[in-house]
Amino acid sequence: MSQTQTLRAWLLTDTPTSRRHAKLSAIYQGWLSFRSNTMAMIGLGILVLLVLVAAAAPILAPHDPFAQDLGNRLAPLWSDSHVFGTDSLGRDILSRLIYGARITLYIVGLVALIAPILGLLVGTVSGYVGGWVDVVLMRITDIFLAFPRLVLALAFVAALGAGIENAVLAISLTAWPPYARIARAETLTIRSSDYISAIQLQGAGALRIITKHIWPLCISSLIVRVTLDMAGIILAAAGLGFLGLGAQPPSPEWGAMISEGRRFILDHWWVATVPGLAIFTVSLAFNLLGDGLRDVLDPKAGE
Amino acid sequence: MEKLLDVENLWVKFPSRQGVFDAVRGVSFSLGRERLGIVGESGSGKSMTGRAILRLIRSPGIVEADHIKLDGVNLLAKTEKEMRAVRGQRISMVMQDPKFSLNPVTTIGDQIIEAYRLHNKASKADAYAKSIEMLEAVSIRDPERVMRAYPHEMSGGMGQRIMIAMMLIPNPEILIADEPTSALDVSVQRQVLDIMDKLVKERGMGLIFISHDLNLVADFCDRVLIMYAGRIVEVCEADKLHEAKHPYTRGLLNSLPRLDAPRDRLEVLQRDPAWSTAPSVSGQI
Amino acid sequence: MALAEDNKERHPRVPLPQWLKTTLLTLGSISVTLLGLLFVTFIIGRVMPIDPVLAIVGERASQETYDAVYLQLGLDKPLLVQFLYYLWDVLHLDFGTSLLNARPVSEDIARVFPATMELATLGIIFGVVLGVPLGVLAAVNKGSWIDQFARVLALVGYSMPIFWMGLMGLLVFYGILGWVGGPGRVGIFYMDVVPPVTGMILIDAALDRNWEVFKDAFSHIILPASLLGYYSLAYISRMTRSFMLEQLSAEYITTARVKGMSEWNVVWKHAFKNIRVQLITVIALSYAGLLEGSVLTEIIFSWPGIGSYITTALLSADMNAVLGGTVVVGLIFILLNIFSDLLYKVFDPRAK
Repeated sequence: MSQTQTLRAWLLTDTPTSRRHAKLSAIYQGWLSFRSNTMAMIGLGILVLLVLVAAAAPILAPHDPFAQDLGNRLAPLWSDSHVFGTDSLGRDILSRLIYGARITLYIVGLVALIAPILGLLVGTVSGYVGGWVDVVLMRITDIFLAFPRLVLALAFVAALGAGIENAVLAISLTAWPPYARIARAETLTIRSSDYISAIQLQGAGALRIITKHIWPLCISSLIVRVTLDMAGIILAAAGLGFLGLGAQPPSPEWGAMISEGRRFILDHWWVATVPGLAIFTVSLAFNLLGDGLRDVLDPKAGE
Repeated sequence: MEKLLDVENLWVKFPSRQGVFDAVRGVSFSLGRERLGIVGESGSGKSMTGRAILRLIRSPGIVEADHIKLDGVNLLAKTEKEMRAVRGQRISMVMQDPKFSLNPVTTIGDQIIEAYRLHNKASKADAYAKSIEMLEAVSIRDPERVMRAYPHEMSGGMGQRIMIAMMLIPNPEILIADEPTSALDVSVQRQVLDIMDKLVKERGMGLIFISHDLNLVADFCDRVLIMYAGRIVEVCEADKLHEAKHPYTRGLLNSLPRLDAPRDRLEVLQRDPAWSTAPSVSGQI
Repeated sequence: MALAEDNKERHPRVPLPQWLKTTLLTLGSISVTLLGLLFVTFIIGRVMPIDPVLAIVGERASQETYDAVYLQLGLDKPLLVQFLYYLWDVLHLDFGTSLLNARPVSEDIARVFPATMELATLGIIFGVVLGVPLGVLAAVNKGSWIDQFARVLALVGYSMPIFWMGLMGLLVFYGILGWVGGPGRVGIFYMDVVPPVTGMILIDAALDRNWEVFKDAFSHIILPASLLGYYSLAYISRMTRSFMLEQLSAEYITTARVKGMSEWNVVWKHAFKNIRVQLITVIALSYAGLLEGSVLTEIIFSWPGIGSYITTALLSADMNAVLGGTVVVGLIFILLNIFSDLLYKVFDPRAK
């Protein structure tokens, strides 16, 4: 007990002894204020659960998600060994949901990697270099912002062909402009600060300044924005899947599962309802988490 | 002197997660047809006192007092609707910065006319004429043009004169001026004060002048209350301010440079924790 | 500083050249954005894995026919020249012919567009009529049950897949309760009964005084329109709330209270008046968002609008139709943005 007490005291100190100490202390204090936000903790809990479920899918799933059983099609909820019933090909819906969590995480993870990095690159270069580069890059950003996102994603998928990777690419291509805007705004404020001039006087090059001194400072506002956008990304991916342009059958992607269940909505409602609830829960969790993170990392942006 | 306003044991409390914070702690004073200054540093509760009189402390803030009597009638016993008849018409207030205290998207004319018509059943034309008259009274040239203008087109000094005109147009008995010149250029401060002073005197009003500027208050007011940490620590006649006894007041006076008594080094105010626990001094007449 | 302000007082209007300069700059940036939009769609069209020549002549055409069409389409020219051709066509509202029904894409879009507009307009009306008062109430009573209610309502809206909610709506209100009409714009007996004047069936039926068709059409549109309305309500009420909170903490609100004004008038005559302009921008943006949201909604409700049109075209690899639809929706997006910018300049005295 006294051990944890001292660790707590070490983390909450007003006079950190090293850079790492200060950083850990800041993270711990952020965590404390985040922890007091119940809704955000619920969101985090759901997401941790989602990751665990996805990781342990082979153990958790009661059936093979692809195994068809035409004799037992469209079995209702709670029928033997099929908690959420079966779909039109007799596949166990619960098992498909569990494996679908992997696809959802895969899409979200990839988009969350590609779009912010692309945005960060464009934004910092635009903000740091300035001049014509800035004008051209920001104009391109504006053009992408001018498109309705889903329609642009549809057009991209049309060009690239349907499929889960192309859906990820299409969503990323429509998601980066806001990140570029944020990164540029941050860069502009950082660039004119005195400590950047000090590093320049020490002979640091543009590349070093951008990667070592500007990027780390842009990260926190980007993380908040990405978390808040995550729900939108999930909904967009599900929408593409629903239209048959994302993950292809027999893949147990949640949006595609809704699309499949749509034909039986009036008689066998659970086939489409259950995956929809799964999408709703996960995107709600991301929204809750994002709100909480915003309060911790970027208090000015909240109301 | 007859008492226009009588405040007895006023408290303003703000409940928070760390417990209740008392912004004003048991203040008593009264106001006649005089110019009463309230001086203190930021956070001393002087602004809160002004707003509490008008019952403008928003929840979660709480106002408590034995009474706040206006002409013998307790304001705390009034309903919100009755209170609205007091605000503007009987007690009015001029705030610090006209840049923020005027509505940016409404013309100045509409805002002044509105203040008048809230308390007087007058036709638009009458209200307009009255507003022009009032603007002239605060020495604004070309009032017709100002009536059509928007607040952002005005300078600070003009904005504050407009505020004064707007707050005095319903002819109140008491004006609370909350740091009315702090946001203005030094060159126009005096002018605005003179205009305010003239109008208050002409109409025989009571004025509560809230400021952090000790010299200004000593110059401008008849009587001064000095507030510290939510309490009144000293009350004195303005012309005898330099004979003040309380160490806080003395400290404040000594921390200001004086032309008539130059010194090499100004004193730094030494605070005594006992000041904030000592009982409040009564500011009754 | 004071001098500069005095100057401004004497000349409250900014001189004309500056105004002209801003307008020209705005126009310039708009046309660059438009050009970029067309360029992006053009590039998408070029990288599509569909041979535009084959799509026209068919698989079995001879090499001569193929080459002739290839030249006719200008595919031998450099990319930039091809883009200029494309630009020329789009400027004449020519998006090519649909590969599916061999009709000009622009005619098809003109036919389906009113259906989308009808749906989105009704949706935005719901969103504004309910969302704005809800946002104001939530801000005025911050922290109360109504604020919490508005927060949950918005959170659910942000998190729910629109197509799934549409399905659930159909299941409950059509399948189980039978309160509303099913998919489509009107029942099968009422199709093509009223003459299409505006293309918006509610208005056409009203013009024709055919109230039976009106009633049926209304029972069909009410569900998808409320669905879209709910999504715009979520956004509009949140934005209204945060704008209002900002204004309510402003000092001029205290001024209004000091004047002895009632709380209702303080909120509506002073605070709300200050957020009108921002609100118009939000409404324009969410109207644009509804045009987008209608893509999935239209599929669920078999609504013959531009969303259905683009998706159907996409699934049947009808490239011209997809690009034509994308350009039109993008254009509307940009126009709505310009429109809200203009309103800003007209209504905010500080922007002059």
